[in-house]
Amino acid sequence: MSETMTALPGIETATAGVHQLSMQQALNRALDEILAGNPKTVIFGEDCGRLGGVFRITDGLQAKHGEERVFDTPLAESGILGMSVGLAMAGFHPIPEVQFDGFAYPAINQIVCQIARMNYRSRGTLPMPITLRVPSFGGIRAPEHHGESLESLFAHVPGLKVVSPSTPHDAYHLLKYAATRPDPVIFMEPKSRYWQKGPVDLANALPGKSPHDGDPSSGGSLTGARVAREGRHLTLVAWGAMVARCLQVAELAAEDGIDVEVLDLRWLKPIDAEALATSVGKTRRAVVVHEAPLTSGLGAEVAQLITQSCFATLKAPVERVTGFDVPYPSGDLEDEYIPNIDRILFGIQRVLEYRRG
Amino acid sequence: MTTKSVLAAVDDDAAPLTHHQLRELYTLMAAVRHLDTSAVAWQRQGIIPGYAPELGQEAAQVGSGYAVDRTRDFVFPTYREMGVARAMGLDMVGYMSTHKATWHGGMYNPLESRFAPIQAVVAGSVLHAVGWAHGQTLAGHAAGEIGVAMTYFGDGASSQGDVHEAMNFAAVMKAPVVFFIQNNGWAISVPTERQVAGGSVAARAAGYGIPSLQVDGNDVVAVFEATRSAFAHCRAGNGPVVIEAMTYRRGPHSTADDPGRYRTLDEERLDAGDDPLERFKQRLLTEGVADEAFFAEAQRLAEAEEEAVRAGIADLGPRPGAEMFSLVFQEPTPALQSQATAWRKESEHV
Repeated sequence: MSETMTALPGIETATAGVHQLSMQQALNRALDEILAGNPKTVIFGEDCGRLGGVFRITDGLQAKHGEERVFDTPLAESGILGMSVGLAMAGFHPIPEVQFDGFAYPAINQIVCQIARMNYRSRGTLPMPITLRVPSFGGIRAPEHHGESLESLFAHVPGLKVVSPSTPHDAYHLLKYAATRPDPVIFMEPKSRYWQKGPVDLANALPGKSPHDGDPSSGGSLTGARVAREGRHLTLVAWGAMVARCLQVAELAAEDGIDVEVLDLRWLKPIDAEALATSVGKTRRAVVVHEAPLTSGLGAEVAQLITQSCFATLKAPVERVTGFDVPYPSGDLEDEYIPNIDRILFGIQRVLEYRRG
Repeated sequence: MTTKSVLAAVDDDAAPLTHHQLRELYTLMAAVRHLDTSAVAWQRQGIIPGYAPELGQEAAQVGSGYAVDRTRDFVFPTYREMGVARAMGLDMVGYMSTHKATWHGGMYNPLESRFAPIQAVVAGSVLHAVGWAHGQTLAGHAAGEIGVAMTYFGDGASSQGDVHEAMNFAAVMKAPVVFFIQNNGWAISVPTERQVAGGSVAARAAGYGIPSLQVDGNDVVAVFEATRSAFAHCRAGNGPVVIEAMTYRRGPHSTADDPGRYRTLDEERLDAGDDPLERFKQRLLTEGVADEAFFAEAQRLAEAEEEAVRAGIADLGPRPGAEMFSLVFQEPTPALQSQATAWRKESEHV
């Protein structure tokens, strides 16, 4: 599928095999291949054409695929998402971009009342194969509204699916998978990870271990969680940028003889309940880590799914290490807000030291 | 009032309407008037839980809907476009099923009818029309053959930001879209002068560089001709058009509304102007296009149609509950499937 394509400038000429790419490069490559593979795909948003996006995720795509396939829109998020609805009705596969997570709020009506409901409202005659790319979460010292964690909000809306990659490899494969689905997918890109390089196996979607065995070429194996690190003593559940941090924590905990499993949830809707049951069924302890505020966060949903499947064998209540119930703070306070290594270690300690009654 | 056109002259099939077409327009208006007033009665009789009447807007709706080419155009309604739906030949049982509370959006097929699902977020679909219209441009149809999107909204919806974004997008992209405003004087209880700044909705179009025209929305022929010109303008690749049809909502906003709280009957009579149906009838009589026998027949057809639609919606019955789960996604989630299973187990006593 990708071997005959001309690579964009800045991207190593990649044939099948493992390549070191940043997440930005992996996403860019995925979009390039999606455009080449499906003539009904269109990419648009603010500055995604000539500039190639403020994060350069769409770099070079307009020059290569033309101004009709990749285009700049006026600065209006509701307009971008409302236009996506009409394009989908006309048979296109829109991949709109909201430039920063906080700017998804002006488009909430179109996302929630329109995109999420059109398939239902039209009794399945007007599917919405829209992949909304949202640079997400904090960690880059950005101004207000440029760092938010909207996953609970999106996951709560009937009719939407939500996914967040944590590695360049998953970014590449999950985006390609999402863009082929007939339902709307909110694709939350951890912007603090855009420039981190990692191995990307272009031909094999599943080089890592997954709780599910599946045919990699079918894409079915991309629908669930991923065990990012195997361990015996407890499970850290995370997604997006928090996966890398949890892997760091796991290395530190290992020095103290604590063997931590890290489960990268990837899909935030639907959540892979089976993977949670498998992992926590084995480790019998769990800590959920997310950047979003605590109250009504996705951690509560994860904790309930774990409780439902593992109540009898759990050795401690599921813990949560999260952001706080405050508006996303300024850059100087960001490190206090985002779960850091120490807070996650304290969460692990609470779970390990829990005694009944 | 008279129609003031600021559209560039377009070499359209601008032949005057034939007598046959004029009679067809009247027949449609009579059908819409009867179905509309009947639907209000159905609500009072408990046949349907609610309805949004369009009494007085028959000319605006039939005249514009009559200009749509169902083989290539697409209409984006709100919830008060029954007359447009009827003029476009929709399955009216499917249309009325929304008001029967059978299914949000209606039971008709939007792709076949070229009429998007009914919806209540009144400016929401204005942007959809722009997206669909831009899709026609991207699809590379030759000028003159391109499909046109027509989006309906009212003076109230024109206050919403999505309308501004839609007009700006459409103008920047030269999208073939007709913004059809039915200015019926009221947004529930708020009159146009407390709703629309800048003189009129049509006046705003100038700010986007979009040609606009204000038309007498109670004159079905004027509305048809304005819409036909707008479609020709769009189809020729000239970008969007704004049409503001000045009309009057003679009834309540919905069957749950009490207009007596915000206007008197005297004010209503004074402001409503000529009844568009009666006015058209007089014109057809004066011009010798139709006679009393024709009008009696139109009324008889309207009554027969209403009876058929009433019987149709009475027969609809509730939808199977499983549809609630199966139509959310094209690919249902495991959680939704397990909720459907639990629902079946707990609600279907087998």
